[in-house]
Amino acid sequence: MAKATVNTSAEDRLILTNKNRRWDEVRGRSLVTICAIIMIAATISVTVFLAQKGLQSFTVNNINPIAYLTSTNWNPVGSGEASYGIFPFIFGSLAVTFLSALVAAPLGIGAAIFMSEISPRFGKKVLQPVIELLVGIPSVVYGFIGLVVLVPLVRDNLPGIGFSLFAGVVVLTVMILPTVTTIATDAMRSLPDSLRQGSMALGATRWQTIRKVLIPAALPSLLTAIVLGMARAFGEALAVQMVIGNSRDIPETIFDTSATLTTIVTLNIGHTTYGSIENNTLWSMGLILLVISFLFIFIVRYLSGRRKV
Amino acid sequence: MKKMKLSVLLAMFALVIGVLAACGGNAGGEQSEEDNSGNSNSGGETSESSIVVSGSSAMQPLVAAAAEKYKEENPDADIQVNAGGSGAGLSQVQEGSVAIGNSDVFAEEKEGIDADAIVDHKVAVVGMTAAINPEVGVDNLTKQQLKDIFTGKITNWSEVGGADEEITLVNRPDSSGTRATFVKFGLDGETPAEGVTEDSSNTVKQIVADTPGAIGYLALSYFDDDSVTKASIDGVEPTDETIGSGEFPIWAYQHSYTNGDAEGLAKEFLDYMLSEEVQTTIVPEQGYVPMTAMEVERDAEGNQTDK
Repeated sequence: MAKATVNTSAEDRLILTNKNRRWDEVRGRSLVTICAIIMIAATISVTVFLAQKGLQSFTVNNINPIAYLTSTNWNPVGSGEASYGIFPFIFGSLAVTFLSALVAAPLGIGAAIFMSEISPRFGKKVLQPVIELLVGIPSVVYGFIGLVVLVPLVRDNLPGIGFSLFAGVVVLTVMILPTVTTIATDAMRSLPDSLRQGSMALGATRWQTIRKVLIPAALPSLLTAIVLGMARAFGEALAVQMVIGNSRDIPETIFDTSATLTTIVTLNIGHTTYGSIENNTLWSMGLILLVISFLFIFIVRYLSGRRKV
Repeated sequence: MKKMKLSVLLAMFALVIGVLAACGGNAGGEQSEEDNSGNSNSGGETSESSIVVSGSSAMQPLVAAAAEKYKEENPDADIQVNAGGSGAGLSQVQEGSVAIGNSDVFAEEKEGIDADAIVDHKVAVVGMTAAINPEVGVDNLTKQQLKDIFTGKITNWSEVGGADEEITLVNRPDSSGTRATFVKFGLDGETPAEGVTEDSSNTVKQIVADTPGAIGYLALSYFDDDSVTKASIDGVEPTDETIGSGEFPIWAYQHSYTNGDAEGLAKEFLDYMLSEEVQTTIVPEQGYVPMTAMEVERDAEGNQTDK
């Protein structure tokens, strides 16, 4: 009954627009084309701007790019000769990203399987809203909870002073878990039922079906979920800044303080004057963040291209 | 269809060229502004009854409070006070995009700023000192002890008569004005060892209060409760009097810079900031030392002389 009404109204609309069909086609097409052009232009201009700004520390200030990327000595204003080595921050960024993905991936994919295969109704009614709520919490709130709850907890029960790579990883894991779970759930749900039915017909149990049929079939999409989670972790600044300690040394253990590219940029950018070396080196860090984000996107594209189902 | 694709490509190409041109134009614009600093900018800004103030986040509460009061008395005036950091404030006032740029440090100390092109108005003085976790039980340090603690030579509080507790340093970011002042006058220019680094004074205060054995540095206005201990240096307690007389060393001017001589509303507002009324009420209320209490003065190199 409901379907019939929808059909008639859709037909009505089509008939109504039939008269000025050509004009409508042109208008619709130009509208969406403009949207596409704006998107592309925004991306290109951000990239061009960031590249231009980010390369200034090498072209104008003559900082050696190799030394910039590999040196561990970051001393922009201290006594003695200034030096600009950002390797510890690249290391910190990659460390928190990979470690949090390592924890969030099994948790997120597990929850996704629960939602799509084990208990779809409970998943849809309870788990999904809970996860969507997690996405909606602003990152500063995660950071603040990390600062007042997590850091003292780590300080009292684990080695170190609380502010640590470990605390950053915990906060990021919670933050990227919803991303991973949501995309993984969509991936599992989009698998055709014929896979499940075929596997069952061959006498496989539900767990065997999940492990031997569904997960391998959804693998490229599941990997995409993880990489998108990592991209989010890599770009997060505020929450991490509040718990990681922001020191310039490479951490020796996971309980030492550390810093990431994003936290150094947010801590320093307001204090530096436009066009100064310090300011330019911060722009260069932004450029590196962008390049690595592009890498994440390429990985996602590659993985999606391999999707079998 | 082919035609469509071509037109899209052309449009994109045009956009990219436009963006590139805009970038190039911007860079050129900045340079020309440095050349004829002050002619067009400050004039244009101040002829209207609305100005934008930007810069140091440490100064923002003080300037905002004064602006609020000024607007009560002059309902026509519109003063917007933003905070974005001293570097941003200096850069924007040099570009002419704001009427007043606030800074914790002398413009001479910042790279990329032509200190001769902008005019300094010192509106207040901020004192700062070491903030120590109360459980340590230390409330006085000699200058040498302070240096040894912050450079990592002393690592346990028992070495300076406190509890047997490891020292955790809480620093500010490299480019922060608060850090520059503390390093210059508290540590005599020595580079602090590594510890936790945070930007916001409130966060620093909370970390020092919560972390056993922690020491950081804060502006005096943040010592308004017992959660952190205010350290005396060489037995001198930081107060308006000891800072004014030059006995207590760690303080800095709060600068409001204008592009060229202040004019119009910017001038009126700065005169108001320096008036007896503001200097004796809002300035002390916000935890700053009034300019009128200063018996000593400093130049951009940090040389201190009697007034």
